[in-house]
Amino acid sequence: MAVIEARGLRKSFKATVALDGVDLATEPGRIVGLIGPNGAGKSTAMSAILGLTPSDGRLAVLGLDPWTQRDRLMREVSFIADVAVLPRWLRVSQALDYVAGVHPRFDRAKAEAFLDRTEIKRASRVRELSKGMVTQLHLALVMAIDARLLVLDEPTLGLDLLYRKAFYDSLLNDWFESDRAILVSTHQVEEIQHILTDVVFLNRGKVVLNASMEALEERYLEVMVGPEQAPAARALRPLHERQVFGRSILLFDGVPRAQLAAFGEVRAAGLADLFVALMGPAPRAETAA
Amino acid sequence: MNRVRPFYWSVRRELWEHRALWIAPLAVEAAVLLAYFIGSFALPHAVAVAQTGQQLRLPYAVAAGAAFAISFFVAVFYALGALHNDRRDRSLLFWKSLPVSDLTTVLSKAAIPLVVQPLIALAVAAAAHLIMLVWGTLVVGLSGESLPAYWGHLRLPLTWILLPYGLVMNALWDLPFCGWLLLVSAAARRATFVWAVGPWLALMLVEFMLLGGKAGGPIARMVGDRIFGGFDRAYAVAGQKNVAIASLSQVDPMRFLGDPGFWGGLAVGAAFLAACVWLRRRQDPL
Repeated sequence: MAVIEARGLRKSFKATVALDGVDLATEPGRIVGLIGPNGAGKSTAMSAILGLTPSDGRLAVLGLDPWTQRDRLMREVSFIADVAVLPRWLRVSQALDYVAGVHPRFDRAKAEAFLDRTEIKRASRVRELSKGMVTQLHLALVMAIDARLLVLDEPTLGLDLLYRKAFYDSLLNDWFESDRAILVSTHQVEEIQHILTDVVFLNRGKVVLNASMEALEERYLEVMVGPEQAPAARALRPLHERQVFGRSILLFDGVPRAQLAAFGEVRAAGLADLFVALMGPAPRAETAA
Repeated sequence: MNRVRPFYWSVRRELWEHRALWIAPLAVEAAVLLAYFIGSFALPHAVAVAQTGQQLRLPYAVAAGAAFAISFFVAVFYALGALHNDRRDRSLLFWKSLPVSDLTTVLSKAAIPLVVQPLIALAVAAAAHLIMLVWGTLVVGLSGESLPAYWGHLRLPLTWILLPYGLVMNALWDLPFCGWLLLVSAAARRATFVWAVGPWLALMLVEFMLLGGKAGGPIARMVGDRIFGGFDRAYAVAGQKNVAIASLSQVDPMRFLGDPGFWGGLAVGAAFLAACVWLRRRQDPL
């Protein structure tokens, strides 16, 4: 069974269309990055998937309708919306008590073991913890839940590099398994691109790109050329071009690797560059659509 | 699999967040007890000259009344924040990430002013009465005055039937009032107190002017009755308020339960709570 199954998902607010016919199918064992500029509809899509907002179109998460069965769904779906959502008055011990008291699939011992590896004291209130520690606490709670889908909406916003790295390392090593799926949105695309299995680019409520990382690495290639080679390379209609130290890096869509190898070393395009190529204000962005 | 009790833990959660719910009644009761201790030097004399015993019962009445009054205020401010604070601090998203239904959340929050707070008031009053009884017995006993006379005047058994009865009746009577406060806390984006009080004040002001400056119009009476009328009705003797109850036979729950205003209030209160659930389901952090 698909973890997330969306067909023609639509959602509009008063003046704006936040989701304009989004299709999405996520299988177990996948880590899907939901990537797009601000206002692209990422958070709205996640809210719909979590049952926090009603939407039009067909949407099933683990076979359930999120909007009408949110409390049932939350037994098997966890989410971290961003770092600031744990209430400041809550004590660490109370957080453990509460989640253990309401969540049938929460393994308290596991959360305690995770916390024991941190500086976090049980008697502390959330307001006394640093931002990084609050995220660790939230992560400890979420990782101890035997869920099948984890939704992360900018989970590491405002954290320093060490915490950000540890956050994803913990998730991959101690939580992620082949029967679980993760849906993650973040602006720090480069940091997560190596853990993703799939990418969905969202822009103005529409899916611009939906592909596995392997397919992307096949399809979008980059080559760096000097000024003398540039005209020949441009004849192959690159998607995007940027200048680095007087040389040009050209990004191609679907041009065979062998053909590009004539110009120099060919490598797979990074997600951030691809993001700019497909959605940025660059003049050739239209050719992507 | 954990055995889960979402309602129980949701109520516990409220008590963690709002410690004033039990600290405030304790603090007020401590002050009442202090005054009682200081005044107790006059107790033997009061027993000696007691006729109706009203003066001997007074401290006990004050202790119970103080517990109920402070609980009322704490509960009002609790209710105004209950469905508002977690939208303001964005923790709404954390609570909603757990398998607790919006209905359970709203009912657990409604249970605080309707059930938990009256129980706290009752427990605090009971503790105060016990301390007063022990202290009073010591003071009276050591002075050589008659202990049976002292105990007899207190009528504590009657008091302790009437107090829980009055609290239950009052809580039921207050359901629409609590429901209104919770609804405002769920609906308002800011200034919940103003939204809770403002519309009624405005209505009462219009009514006051329409009546040519005469106070006590039907709207004003209804508002007052809805907030404070529960105990009045529970303890009314033959339909009259402010009559001291001397025996249980004077208490008439059927008169209370036969009041259509009582049942109408329950229906309106339930509708308010249903609206809270509806709102809660659709809400984002502020």
